Amino acid sequence: MSASAIIMMLVAMTILWGGLAVAIWNINRHPGEEPEVVHRDL
Amino acid sequence: MSATIEHSEEHRGAFSSRKVFILAAIGSAVGLGNIWRFPYVAYENGGGAFIIPYLVALLTAGLPFLLLDYGLGHRYRGSAPLAFRRAHRSAEGLGWWQVAICFVIAVYYAAVIAWAARYAFFSIDKAWGDDPEGFLFGSYLQAGDPGIGFDFVSGVTVPLVLVWVAVLAIMALGVQKGIGATSVVFIPVLFIAFIALVVVALTLEGASTGLDALFTPDWGALGETSVWIAAFGQIFFSLSVGFGIMITYASYVGRRSDMTGSGLVVGFANSGFELLAGIGVFAALGFMATAAGTTVDQVATDGLGLAFIAFPAIINEAPAGALIGVLFFGSLVVAGVTSLVSVIEVVISAVRDKFEMSRVGASMAVGIPAALISITLLGTTTGVYVLDIVDHFINRFGILVVAVASMIALSWVFKKTGLLREHLNRDGSVRVGTWWQWLIGLIAPAALTFILVNEFINNLQKPYGDYPTWMLNTLGWGLAVAVVIFGFLAARMPWRDTTFLGDPEIQAREDERSS
Repeated sequence: MSASAIIMMLVAMTILWGGLAVAIWNINRHPGEEPEVVHRDL
Repeated sequence: MSATIEHSEEHRGAFSSRKVFILAAIGSAVGLGNIWRFPYVAYENGGGAFIIPYLVALLTAGLPFLLLDYGLGHRYRGSAPLAFRRAHRSAEGLGWWQVAICFVIAVYYAAVIAWAARYAFFSIDKAWGDDPEGFLFGSYLQAGDPGIGFDFVSGVTVPLVLVWVAVLAIMALGVQKGIGATSVVFIPVLFIAFIALVVVALTLEGASTGLDALFTPDWGALGETSVWIAAFGQIFFSLSVGFGIMITYASYVGRRSDMTGSGLVVGFANSGFELLAGIGVFAALGFMATAAGTTVDQVATDGLGLAFIAFPAIINEAPAGALIGVLFFGSLVVAGVTSLVSVIEVVISAVRDKFEMSRVGASMAVGIPAALISITLLGTTTGVYVLDIVDHFINRFGILVVAVASMIALSWVFKKTGLLREHLNRDGSVRVGTWWQWLIGLIAPAALTFILVNEFINNLQKPYGDYPTWMLNTLGWGLAVAVVIFGFLAARMPWRDTTFLGDPEIQAREDERSS
């Protein structure tokens, strides 16, 4: 692989997979309020 | 919570937690397009440089539109027609338009899953022999001349029936025990299977040639309008936004959930999976090119050609061909089922809300006709042509048009984006500023309108494929017009007296104050 291809692959990985990691870290910091009762739709 | 709202939610069902909702939303967003469309779109539009327009499209149109759907569904807590109706009494038709589109998509989407399931088994003994293309259209699909015929092909019909039985069972089980439980199991399985596929593909000789072709940047491409159109189109089609799915799913989440944080996870998981798919697919195509003594551009393709012609050729040559085949086609099936479930849920949820039907009743009332139409039109020797035309037109002149219409209507006609922004910010971990309203009201619709006009002109200048005009006029243009007409006729049907048509959030707050 050429150096430019390797760099762009790493950039894409860092932004997209890194973005996912940060997004998951963010929601884990904000657990929010889960519903008290889980309704079963019948 | 108000008795009215509580009764309504008890009737509709819900996801047990935010985690289940996120997995279901990822299951909807990650579909066949992530695997067989993104890699080729990226390769054809600047390679490594494509990441720039792709990110711009994700951040300025994809994620903002996803949050619009989340805000609408979460605030008004209903299926697409009910959510639009609660937003404004004149808006309901937009919801039914989306419902009609989803019904059409479900009908043909199931067929591709059935083909992929069959090909997972074909992979074991490489049933396609040395001619995957001849096998696909000849031995397997037995494709005749374009038209609509009723000569059933058992190799397609039987797996198609099984797909529908499985999907109807999931739908009848309900939001949590059906859709939620399926997503909780299938999404980790999909990610693990695809990572395994990528690892195997990376060990093949020539894998680096494929990755070089995919990631080498062509910076000159950034000056081409078509590259930016491709980026916005890919993001839009990939995220499952604009046709009711995310509205419906968001209505099943707890009232105080963090929707903006969830949206970021879903958006980046979807794009992250696309990148993974790009690496796996192009590593395999690099191997194929090396084995054939040619270049990657000679073997690179997308869609049905990639899945059912190029991959069988790769499986023929690769050292662990059967394993690659089972992982690849298995991933297509899993990704397809979680997306199909979300598409058909839009219709079932709408029918349940409008007619206050039971879960099983609505699942059967929607699913059985959909399955019968699907088997009748797609299980035959002409099914591949029906699929190709309907998919081409309903994506462009169905989904794109309703997406633009709903954004413009909510922003400029009904002026609801300010209210939805406040709603998203109430419990959202990521603040949404007024810039979001500009993105939704101006940038995203402008980009999509540009794509739409471009597509419209292209399709008028050069009719799609080599199909007879009557097929394009009925299954293509005709169907795109029919879903609009259906949408606005369905909106004229009255709601049941017991259906609450006000703003559930206002009602809930009033009840909280008075209790």
